[in-house]
Amino acid sequence: MTRSATDACRDALARAASVNPSLNAFNTIATERAFERAAAIDADPDRWQNAPLAGIPIAVKDNICTRGLRTTASSRMLHHYVPPYDATVITRLEAAGAVIVAKTNCDEFAMGSSNENSAFGPVRNPWDVTRVPGGTSGGSAAAVAANVVPIALGSDTGGSIRQPSALCGVVGLKPTYGRVSRYGLIAHASSLDQIGPIAKRVRDVAVTMNVIAGSDAADATSAPDAVPDFATALTGDITGARIGVPRRLLEHGVDAEVSRAFFTALDVLRARGAALVDIELPHAKYAIATYYLVSTAEASANLARYDGVRYGYRASGFEVRDSLQTMYAKTRAEAFGPEVKRRIMLGTYVLSAGYYDAYYLKAQQMRTLILRDYVEAFEGAAAVDAVAMPTSPIPAFRIGERADDPLQMYLADVFTVSANLAGLPAVSVPCGFTSATLPVGLQLTGRRFDEATLLRIAEAYERDTSWWTHQPPTSA
Amino acid sequence: MADPAAQFDVSAVAALANLDLTADELRLFAQQLGDVLAYAQELQQIDTTGVPPTASIGTRHGVDRPDVTQPSLDRDGALAAAPDANVDEGFFKVPRVIG
Repeated sequence: MTRSATDACRDALARAASVNPSLNAFNTIATERAFERAAAIDADPDRWQNAPLAGIPIAVKDNICTRGLRTTASSRMLHHYVPPYDATVITRLEAAGAVIVAKTNCDEFAMGSSNENSAFGPVRNPWDVTRVPGGTSGGSAAAVAANVVPIALGSDTGGSIRQPSALCGVVGLKPTYGRVSRYGLIAHASSLDQIGPIAKRVRDVAVTMNVIAGSDAADATSAPDAVPDFATALTGDITGARIGVPRRLLEHGVDAEVSRAFFTALDVLRARGAALVDIELPHAKYAIATYYLVSTAEASANLARYDGVRYGYRASGFEVRDSLQTMYAKTRAEAFGPEVKRRIMLGTYVLSAGYYDAYYLKAQQMRTLILRDYVEAFEGAAAVDAVAMPTSPIPAFRIGERADDPLQMYLADVFTVSANLAGLPAVSVPCGFTSATLPVGLQLTGRRFDEATLLRIAEAYERDTSWWTHQPPTSA
Repeated sequence: MADPAAQFDVSAVAALANLDLTADELRLFAQQLGDVLAYAQELQQIDTTGVPPTASIGTRHGVDRPDVTQPSLDRDGALAAAPDANVDEGFFKVPRVIG
């Protein structure tokens, strides 16, 4: 180690303190815990010599439980919640030598596409502080973009790692459903949620995956599939790799500058030896409607646990004559923000008697068709290794610009939600800037449990481009 | 199907969801959720007859484990974050449930 863990920790904490007034990226800065960890690593260099993340400062989205360190999900409901246990990803990161320096701001209970739905206020984009960083892992993406930490953890239910990574100009990977344990992740939509890394470089994402991936007895949905060494997969050789391009899907609704950056990125991949293959994803245009029926149904069930009894907020001012039901309903009304209420309402409705078949069952059937489209792309005549799309159809928009129209906000997730519905891995890598110097992201979606191929293609692209070297104004 | 916005009984749904919403919230959500449901109507264009539903992309492996007691959160730890608890007696406190 050329620099002590304590030095790295001090630098990260100082940087967090200096950027936070403008970015609002952190809910909690873990000064004491971080210095203790760093000192312990510095005190025993032999033990940590070969640890893959020894002394690396890491920021963690505030919906991932950290023992003894406040974990709020950016909700008034959990404003003072201190978990009695660590998420498995935290245990694994710390065993690999990482130092958790901060909990990052996010959309409340990871619901949103702009990081404006936080009880702590919106996160601001380091490239333009009048704009959103994307959501819901906006604080994690902003923290990496602004050089506070080299690596952060996010979670992704419908694009919440990839979309903010794209809008902040960093790399973000949503692993295959089941690849990374979700024990200790505050549940949003259980058939869609995944934890994954955000970093400046693909290699750092790969190294982090080596640490956090793999089965976990505490999460029955975690998969026992073998975990390859993701870092050694980064050979730079993508000769013959087949990249599917669903051109028809991209014909409408994509910002012209985003589109230009995307197609230029495809040229770079082709020049490196990849083959571009036109594919159809006939049901992908229905993914948004499908996603918002499935995810809200699951969220309405998951968030039923917040009742003011075992932990979290409880409304006050009750009379003896008030019923338990009144306490529940007032507690939830006072502590959930508008977007969370909206989604609980939608989810409750689509699961209710009389509407279940028309909405929830229909959405589950659509999910099958969306999944089959990908299976056809990977295993059919096209036989692609990855599917390329822009991560977001638009660059970062202005704070407040879409806040009053939930449907418009949901449409920002058009290219990201299908990977969650199909359980597939997907990575976003920076692929250029708009004329207003706003980052654009290239998304690659891959076969189940084949993150290695995605990361190899993304890293090969990174070798031929220099987007990652560009620094946002707030990093000065 | 009828206009989804018209059939959306927002008060009934709020009651089911244990949310004590204000009149303004009810009005706003009725309109916004009506918009989302109207948008979701596009799914009805697709014939899904005979298509099996996908609830989850599950693991293909069994997840059974031996039925052996393992350490877990102790009682004090479980009660520590409660908004109202009697730690000595070991219970959560809630408003009156019966009469």
